[in-house]
Amino acid sequence: MMASSQVNGPARAVHSPAGWGLSLGRLFTQHPIASRLVSLGLFFLIWEIAGRVPISYAFPTFLETLSAFVTMLFDGSLFAAYGSTLQPLIIGIAISGAVGVALGIVMGLSRTAEWLVAPLFIVLQSAPMAALIPLITFVYGIGLAAKTLAVIMLALPVVVLNGYKAVRNANPSLVAMCYSFQGTKLQQIAKIIIPDASPVIFAGLRLGLAAGFIGVILAELLITPTGIGDLITYHRSVANYAEMYAAVVSIILVSTLTLAALEAFEVRVLRPEKRRG
Amino acid sequence: MTSSTASIHALPRAESAAVEVRSICKNYKEVEALRSIDLDFPRGKLTTLLGPSGCGKTTLLKIIAGLVEPTSGEVRVNGKPVTGPGPERAFVFQDFALMPWATVMRNVAFGLELKGMGKAERQSIARHYIAEVGLTGFEDKYPHELSGGMRQRVGLARAFAVNAEVLLLDEPFSAVDEQNRRKFQEDLLRLVEKERKTFIFVTHSIEEAVYVSDRIVLLSRRPSRVSQIIEPKVDRTASPDAIRRDQGYLDTVEEIWQGLKHYVD
Ligand SMILES: Nc1ncnc2c1ncn2[C@@H]1O[C@H](COP(=O)(O)OP(=O)(O)OP(=O)(O)O)[C@@H](O)[C@H]1O
Ligand SMILES: [Mg+2]
Repeated sequence: MMASSQVNGPARAVHSPAGWGLSLGRLFTQHPIASRLVSLGLFFLIWEIAGRVPISYAFPTFLETLSAFVTMLFDGSLFAAYGSTLQPLIIGIAISGAVGVALGIVMGLSRTAEWLVAPLFIVLQSAPMAALIPLITFVYGIGLAAKTLAVIMLALPVVVLNGYKAVRNANPSLVAMCYSFQGTKLQQIAKIIIPDASPVIFAGLRLGLAAGFIGVILAELLITPTGIGDLITYHRSVANYAEMYAAVVSIILVSTLTLAALEAFEVRVLRPEKRRG
Repeated sequence: MTSSTASIHALPRAESAAVEVRSICKNYKEVEALRSIDLDFPRGKLTTLLGPSGCGKTTLLKIIAGLVEPTSGEVRVNGKPVTGPGPERAFVFQDFALMPWATVMRNVAFGLELKGMGKAERQSIARHYIAEVGLTGFEDKYPHELSGGMRQRVGLARAFAVNAEVLLLDEPFSAVDEQNRRKFQEDLLRLVEKERKTFIFVTHSIEEAVYVSDRIVLLSRRPSRVSQIIEPKVDRTASPDAIRRDQGYLDTVEEIWQGLKHYVD
């Protein structure tokens, strides 16, 4: 029989022993934000020192990068770039998410669909998709369609495979419970399988989003010189290294914020119990 | 022992069996779990299935619930053959089967939610049964915030809330310590009295079976058959402690132990 571990709360983090270590450990486990800020601060400090050494002429310090970032934020070039980068990213991720979750559910529920579709995505996931991106130039020309396709190519396999794994491993005891209370197949999917699978589905969406970012940037660097990829290429070509670094760092920032937003959505809508300890 | 099987269909419905099990066999591939089980479960009574571990108690209960297909044979509930789960039966799962993402309130009301009942109505019914199992004040908690025994009671309340005539309970007190177990047994007796439903109860504990049951079905080791049916003569109007010292109670426990003993060696 299934154990009750399904309903157990998350394991508590282990504290470091005694004294100063103990209180610092408690600070970190109780305020995860604090621990992230400290580790980021440390990273920036090392960056600043390395930039001042200096490692290379093409390696700006943290403060130079920061000021370039602020300048680009206020002169509007960052916004303009993200305007054209985020659009295909959002469209691509939305399509990958919808198709991926639907395909994952269908494959998780039907052996035939699994047999037909799963091998394709397993092959695609292990293929070096980034190398295939230049191919789509000839197929779809330049512009929104090519970028969206690049996002889908990189994001879809991981989203589909995660959705499929999650549905396949949905808690059989909860499925039996729903059936025993005469839940319809549709209710079973909507009220049991999707919420039960949502942590893994969302893990897939997060990975898909990260992969989609790679896809769109690669498309901008390789195919259609627009958006943030173009901003990077441009500043590199005129040797504005601080601006180039700022553009690269902004990608990390935007992708982190997007991932956090996705997580917040999941916790709020699908798994409210995770909001509490 | 079962006595008037011949005249059972002539009896008025109120006295007939709520659940009839007719020559049920169940094989899991080469494992023969149940061999030709014939049983009647009287309406409004609590019948316990007792037998050695792995003999097929859960299997039989799930066949009655319509969750598992028998290899051959038939189960009838109120005279109608079982082909799947139905609104007249509710199952209490051994592993609780609570949705971790739903509050106690939503879990208890889930059977009603699936039937499409409106939120206000199902919550007021759920609130009643949450109180009935002693969980008032925990409506907005999530399962991981409850103890094992409390989770089990959420499962009980969920089964009660759909107002099924037949309640199928699979070792409902297995995850509970001895003090709480006794308290739950007393609560269960009170609920049997109050709800007037047909209970089919699986347990490992002989004492528990004798304490709560109107009827005890002893199953033999696999392939399982009905080896004995015992109706404990226990005066349930007495206080719980008096019952546990009652000679009839102690004699029945001894009788069952003698019956089961030769399976354990
Ligand atoms: N899904 C299954 N597939 C294969 N064999 C099974 C399955 N479910 C049960 N069995 C087998 O059928 C037999 C009866 O199992 P069941 O769970 O009904 O026993 P039980 O009487 O409830 O045991 P326990 O008292 O330990 O809970 C066991 O030997 C078990 O191995
Ligand atoms: Mg069992």
